[in-house]
Amino acid sequence: MKILVCISNVPDTTTKVKFTDNNTKFDSTGVQWVINPWDELALTRALELKDNTSTGIQSVTVAHVGHTSAEPTIRKALAIGADDAIRVNAEPTDAYQVAAQLAEAIKDGQFDIILCGIESSDFNGSTVGSMLAEFLSYPSVSAVSGLNIENGEAIITRDIDGGKETLTVPKPFVAIVQKGIAKEPRIAAMRGIMMARTKVIKVIEPTAVEALTQLVTFEPPQPRAKCIFVDAENPKQLIDLLQNEAKVI
Amino acid sequence: MSVLVFTENWDGKFKKQSFELISYGAKVADMLGTSMVALSIGNVADDELKKLGGYGAKKILNLKNDLLNNLDSQAYTATIAEIAQKEGAKVIVIANNNMGKSIAPRLSVRLKAAIGSGVSKLPISLDPFIVYKRAYSGNAFADVALKTDIKIITLAQNSFDLAETANNAIIENVSVNIDAALVKTQVKDVQKQTGKLLLTDAEIVVSGGRGMKAPDNWGPLEELAKQLGAATACSRPVSDEGWRPHEEHTGQTGKIVAPNLYIAVGISGATQHLAGISSSKYIVAINTDKDAPIFEAAQYGIVGDAAKVLPKLIDAVKEVKSR
Repeated sequence: MKILVCISNVPDTTTKVKFTDNNTKFDSTGVQWVINPWDELALTRALELKDNTSTGIQSVTVAHVGHTSAEPTIRKALAIGADDAIRVNAEPTDAYQVAAQLAEAIKDGQFDIILCGIESSDFNGSTVGSMLAEFLSYPSVSAVSGLNIENGEAIITRDIDGGKETLTVPKPFVAIVQKGIAKEPRIAAMRGIMMARTKVIKVIEPTAVEALTQLVTFEPPQPRAKCIFVDAENPKQLIDLLQNEAKVI
Repeated sequence: MSVLVFTENWDGKFKKQSFELISYGAKVADMLGTSMVALSIGNVADDELKKLGGYGAKKILNLKNDLLNNLDSQAYTATIAEIAQKEGAKVIVIANNNMGKSIAPRLSVRLKAAIGSGVSKLPISLDPFIVYKRAYSGNAFADVALKTDIKIITLAQNSFDLAETANNAIIENVSVNIDAALVKTQVKDVQKQTGKLLLTDAEIVVSGGRGMKAPDNWGPLEELAKQLGAATACSRPVSDEGWRPHEEHTGQTGKIVAPNLYIAVGISGATQHLAGISSSKYIVAINTDKDAPIFEAAQYGIVGDAAKVLPKLIDAVKEVKSR
C-alpha cells in the first residue's frame, strides 16, 4: 500500500504579511518558507502508519505543484522521512489548476491513500483535496482527525458538529485531514537530513490547465480600535461596556 | 437562471447559519435580478422548511433519500450538481463548514464552476464577478474574480446579517436517482456529545490559555461561560498539553471562530492564535502581561491574573442578569 501526501509551500506562520505591486503580490522579502502546517501533520501520520509494519504501508511519497524554489521545503519533507517526491513544475495559480496538475501526475493510480491538509495557511481555500478526488473520481472524506489501518482497511475518524464519526471508504481515496490526525509534527533528525540529499524528486512537466479564478487584489484587515483597559478590581465596568457599548451580552 | 442555496439540517432542524446562508443567497439573487431557490436534503418537516421562506427563499426544494442519510461526498456532489443544472443555477451558495468543504470543491470540478471559499461579504462586483475572502489566515483578505459562467460561494459563518422578509415560499418535493454503488462512505459508529453548546454555533466564546496555569483551574472559566451562555475554547499549548480536548483548540491549525464576543483568558495572543479568532466582532483580553499582543487585537482588556479576575467577573455577570 502506498501513501501520497500533497504538500503546499507556505510562509512561516509567524510571518508579518505584507504585499507589493499595488497589493497584488505577497512580499516574500525575508520570508521563511515551510511545509503547510496541516500537510506536515498529514505527513507525520503517514510516517507513523508506515513505521507500524502491520499496516502494510510500503512507501510515503510527497507531491507538490511549484517551481524549483520550493525544493528546500520538499527536501524538508524527505528529511522528515518521506521516501520520494513528485514536483509538478508549474506556477500554482489557483486550487483548480493545482488539483488538476496533481490529478494528472497520479492518474495511473499508484497511490492507495492520498492525504491533503484541510487548507493552506496562505489562501485558506480548503479546496484542493476534494477537487483532486473529484478529478480522479475517488471517494473523499473531509475533516478527518484520525486514520488507522486495520487488516488492510482504512478506518477513518471524521469530526462532525459536536462529535465524531468512524467510517470506512474503499481505496483509493483522498482524506482531507485536520487537527488531531497527529499529535505534533515530526522533526527531521540529522540522519534524515543527510539521507534526504540522495532521495529522488521526480519532476513532471505540467499539463495545460487554466485557472478558474484570478486574484484581483489583497486587502489588509481593518485596523481595530485601541484597547480600552478596565481596572482589574472593577470588572463590573467591563460587563457594563459589553452590555451597553458593544451590545454583545 | 437562479441562485441555489444548499442548506444543511441538524436532526431535522435548521440553525442560525442556515438562515444566514438564505439571507445571503436572497441578496445575491436580488443583485442578479433573479430568484433564489433553497435546497434541503434530509428529513425536515414542512413547518421547519417554511422557516427558510422568512429569509427570502421563494422556492424550497425538499429532497429525501435514504442514500443521503450519511454524508458521502460523491453522492452529495452528484445530487446537488443535478439539481443545480435543473434549476439553471448561476450561483451556488454553500456553508463554509465541514459539510460544505466536503462538497463544494467537488462540485466546482464537476460543474467547472469557479469557487470563492470563506467569503464574508456580498460580491464586490458582478461583472467581473468578484468576491471578498479570507487569506493568509486572517492576516489579509483577497478580492478574487470568479471567471466561469457558474460560480460557487462558500460563506464564512457569522459574517452576514439575517434579513427577514415576507414569507411566501412554496415547498416542492424533488427526487434524484442515486446509484447505490456510488455511495462508498460506510459510517460504522457515531459518537455525539449532546447538550453541549458547539464552539462553531456559539455567539460568545470564553477561551483559556497557559495563563490558566493548570487544568484544574478551569472551573471559574466554565462557570463564566455558563453564566454568559457561551461555549468554551482554548489555545494550542493548552490542547497540546492535554489540559483540554483538541476540539476546543481555536487558532490557525485548530478551529476558526467568528463569534460576537471572544473572551481570551490567560492567552498571550500569538499570531497563530489571532488567526483563528480575528473575525470575532469583539475581543476581550484578560492577561497579566500588559504588553501581550492579545491586547492589540482586543477592544477591551483587563490586566490581571485570571484566578483573581474571573470570580469577580462571574459575580458581575450574575448581578447584571439578576436585575
